[in-house]
Amino acid sequence: MFINNDVTKATTMQERHVVQPHEAGHPIILSTEDLHVFYGKKEALFEGDLQFGSNQITALIGPSGSGKSTYLRSLNRMNDRIATVTGKIMYRGVDINQPGIDVYEMRRRVGMVFQRPNPFAKSIYDNIAFALRLRGTTDKYALDEVVETSLKQAALWDQVKDDLNKSALALSGGQAQRLCIARAIAVKPDILLLDEPASALDPVSTSQLEDTLLDLKQHYTIIIVTHNMQQAARISEYTAFFNQGRVLEYDTTSQIFTNPQVQVTSDYVSGNFG
Amino acid sequence: MKTKTTQQLEQQLKRHSKAAKLEIWGRTVSLTALLLIVAVVVAIIGFVASKGIATFTSNHVNLWDFLTGKSWNPNITDANGKPEVGALPMIVGSFLITILSAIVATPFAIGTAVFMNEISPNKGAKILQPVTELLVGIPSVVYGFIGLSVVVPTTRAIFGGSGFGILSGTCVLFVMILPTVTSMSADALKSVPRYYREASLALGATQWQTIYKVVLRAATPGLMTAVVFGMARAFGEALAVQMVIGNAALMPNSLVSPSSTLTSVLTTGIGNTVMGSLQNNALWSLALVLLLMSLVFNLIIRLIGRKGRLQ
Ligand SMILES: Nc1ncnc2c1ncn2[C@@H]1O[C@H](COP(=O)(O)OP(=O)(O)OP(=O)(O)O)[C@@H](O)[C@H]1O
Ligand SMILES: [Mg+2]
Repeated sequence: MFINNDVTKATTMQERHVVQPHEAGHPIILSTEDLHVFYGKKEALFEGDLQFGSNQITALIGPSGSGKSTYLRSLNRMNDRIATVTGKIMYRGVDINQPGIDVYEMRRRVGMVFQRPNPFAKSIYDNIAFALRLRGTTDKYALDEVVETSLKQAALWDQVKDDLNKSALALSGGQAQRLCIARAIAVKPDILLLDEPASALDPVSTSQLEDTLLDLKQHYTIIIVTHNMQQAARISEYTAFFNQGRVLEYDTTSQIFTNPQVQVTSDYVSGNFG
Repeated sequence: MKTKTTQQLEQQLKRHSKAAKLEIWGRTVSLTALLLIVAVVVAIIGFVASKGIATFTSNHVNLWDFLTGKSWNPNITDANGKPEVGALPMIVGSFLITILSAIVATPFAIGTAVFMNEISPNKGAKILQPVTELLVGIPSVVYGFIGLSVVVPTTRAIFGGSGFGILSGTCVLFVMILPTVTSMSADALKSVPRYYREASLALGATQWQTIYKVVLRAATPGLMTAVVFGMARAFGEALAVQMVIGNAALMPNSLVSPSSTLTSVLTTGIGNTVMGSLQNNALWSLALVLLLMSLVFNLIIRLIGRKGRLQ
């Protein structure tokens, strides 16, 4: 029974509303089916059934503790030793959430950038060459080229091209975060996962980062967690709204922000939440 | 009117409140304690230094002869009428035993720390942590006794001779410094931020690659501090070493021949000499060398720490 006076509204709004992407030219590259995540006995994600179109940006929004990071980190199995993840994660037709998968090889295709810029205490060059060297690339020319293209794609090349051997720890927050993006794309992944990449940055760096992401979309599929609603609106094609471990609404970004179908989403995007 | 309230306010603000008085009192107490400690430290260093220098000032021993002389026999004067106080055998013995035990202990300590911290943190916390803490607490005489009854006979059986010597000392010191070096290494690894590991794993590094290329690299200053700390402990350890090294003030010509260290000569000799005599002063000079070396170890630890912070 509703204890709500506004009965009309309560009945017209839906409990849950999911429209998977279906655009020509953007085939589904990644999808999750019946994904559940448990931290010990505690279930933190109850069902995550989302599909992601290639070369698109999808934003994951929702209140703190709603399971966005939990979901995102499951996608490249960063939760492996921390949580139990059940269900399927289909990447180009292969379930990457099954035991036989080589997670190290998989993570080369599904890269990740974290909330806090986390360059290694090495030079800028060595940071970007890190993943390639792990895989045995020693050829100086090959490394040079990857370092340059990655930094260019991350829009950092012009600022650091003369300082490649300087410590990456000397970079500003925004530069460091773009270095982390360059480091992640150095192995040419398919998909880039970003967990609140701009939350530690000032507005100027944030907008530069957004421009970078819009450029990167040509080459990569991007899934980004953000608390910044304007950011989601500015850069993403699709938006998923998480609440209490569930995806309550998933649709095109414009639908989510202008015409949400679920009451909680509506409250959240209009700032009336909680 | 206005000036009056201003005055009142000023009075209120200037009045020493109870909290302010308490703070002054607290500051005085801690400053006194600090000064007292400083005074004690300065007194110890001053005392050892003044005693240790007497060998060179009142007994006219040449400093260079003292540091490089190979025979130690303060009771005897040589052909030129100079006392035989060459400390080189002990200095070499001390350094050799310190460096050897550090070389042996380091891989074990870092390996254990990696296991405790990276590979199996649960088991590490449950088993190894308490074990290390227990081992740190065992008095050195117990280590020495075990060395005497187990290590020395074993060395004797394998290498012949008496079994006393640098090798036995190294074995005992290895066990003694291992827990300290291990737990400090574990702390060093623990202080490597989690996001370093995540960044590496997210780039497709395996756990070993992450440990080897990221965690150990980032922890290097801390690990070095741990090793130097262990060396300082080994260098200063007296009792256990004295029990297994053989106490012959000779240049060690092999690892299994009886020799001595600065500390072992001090502990065996200091009770048998008369204050103010040359024999006594010479021992104080050894103590001074020991003290200076400890200061050097401390300095190295600080330098590493500072360098680590700059990174
Ligand atoms: N390592 C962990 N161990 C146990 N519980 C965790 C862990 N990480 C997250 N959780 C729990 O899982 C739930 C979802 O957390 P998650 O970090 O996914 O939220 P989020 O949506 O990313 O929040 P935020 O916006 O604050 O980053 C929370 O209740 C949180 O307490
Ligand atoms: Mg989060």
